[in-house]
Amino acid sequence: MTRRTPLHDLMLHLGARMTKFAGWELPLSFHGILQEHQAVRTGGGLFDISHMGRFELVGVGLIDKLQPLVPTDLSRLQPGQAQYTVLLNPEGGILDDLIFYYQGGEDPARGLMIVNAGRTAADEAWLQTNLPPGVRLENTTSKQALIAFQGPRAALWLQPLVDLDLEKLPGFSHSPVRVLGQPGWLARTGYTGEDGFELLVSPQTGEHLWRALQGAGAAACGLGARDTLRLEAALGLYGLDLDESTTPLEAGLSWLVDWSKGEFIGREALSAQKHSGLHRRLVGLTTPGRHIPRHGYPLVYQGQKVGEVTSGTLAPSLGHPIALGYVPRALSSPGQTLGVEIRGQTWEVTVAKRPFYRRSQ
Amino acid sequence: MSPEYPEHLRYLDSHEYCGLEGSIATLGITAYAVEELGDIVFVELPAVGSRVTRGQTFGTVESVKAVEDLNSPVTGLVTERNQPVVDAPEVLAADPYGQGWLIRVQVEEYDPADTLSASEYRQRLEG
Repeated sequence: MTRRTPLHDLMLHLGARMTKFAGWELPLSFHGILQEHQAVRTGGGLFDISHMGRFELVGVGLIDKLQPLVPTDLSRLQPGQAQYTVLLNPEGGILDDLIFYYQGGEDPARGLMIVNAGRTAADEAWLQTNLPPGVRLENTTSKQALIAFQGPRAALWLQPLVDLDLEKLPGFSHSPVRVLGQPGWLARTGYTGEDGFELLVSPQTGEHLWRALQGAGAAACGLGARDTLRLEAALGLYGLDLDESTTPLEAGLSWLVDWSKGEFIGREALSAQKHSGLHRRLVGLTTPGRHIPRHGYPLVYQGQKVGEVTSGTLAPSLGHPIALGYVPRALSSPGQTLGVEIRGQTWEVTVAKRPFYRRSQ
Repeated sequence: MSPEYPEHLRYLDSHEYCGLEGSIATLGITAYAVEELGDIVFVELPAVGSRVTRGQTFGTVESVKAVEDLNSPVTGLVTERNQPVVDAPEVLAADPYGQGWLIRVQVEEYDPADTLSASEYRQRLEG
């Protein structure tokens, strides 16, 4: 049974071509992936991301209690700040990647976790098992509408609709807010490589907000553009680029691992991997042709298969294909050339610096 | 707006069409395929003078979203390929049955039983 988000009817009404993703029925695109991609790079685009898992966490000493569960140091998080991090298994493999939004509050403190849709049930079970006593977790997925509004004009177009000075909301911060006079919450986070926001509002306010922003010039966007945008920004997608068999060190996420903090699940395995040396790394790849290296295509070097592409697309902002994939560490420096096998033919790819696309400040 | 499936063409389950005029078959992909693929970025077609085989692939169409094999309902020699489509795949999306045709084949082998009529094809799509 496919699940539907609170904005499902609006999406259909707006002419979305729907697709199934992680058990949900979601817009793939409205007017074409390239057009939606460009809208986000030049103006603003709206995404229904209500499928993403949400956990509300409440507990006395919440931060201290979460510390053993993630490799990232959360101790410096102030109320109103957010942190990207991962959940690990004891082998250091990534169970999920997520953003933790710390809301603060004394006894008890509160926080919100937004996780991948396909991992929500597994994460919830894992958290219930591993959270120390005294932290209450409520799965609030799909109770409200979650809308991502991304692009260089997002702040400009959103500002008249909210009661908060968006200039005072830096990246990775968040706040309760009134949206069109109604209670809601917003964060300056996203998954596109652009400035932008994620807003949690009631389904009805979500619909009004969506229409108001489209009226201001925003484009309705689907998962297709979300994928091309995140790939240009070289942001990994769980299930493709990140999974239980990859560690944050291999996946280019070593910045999430704080060795100066105390124990956390997976620490020993990561430490061993760090000391014995990494065997493979996630790299960005570019190729000048029009053949797109896609998930699962072999990466070859001197006639030997040395790795695999984990995701790839045509980069609409760059005009050539880009991909992410795992290669041996010795072949992971920018400028290194390798081959990718596409339907029986080998094409040259070059390891590139990530991200592929960086917005102008 | 539902896609069009011209009556004079024959169709494959895999969304190619075949238009026969005498012994020349024009092969392309249907409006449904174009819509499903979305933004097409790349079309790979066989060279003039090469052979295609009934039931086998003769090329690929790649969109941002997916890559699909092109299947041939006929066996024969490729007499023409539509270079404008290779150079600018947008043509394919705009006019799949007209300017967006893919290749022309001098047919040596063709069995109508391999293909569907327009109404049969439409029925497959609409279930």
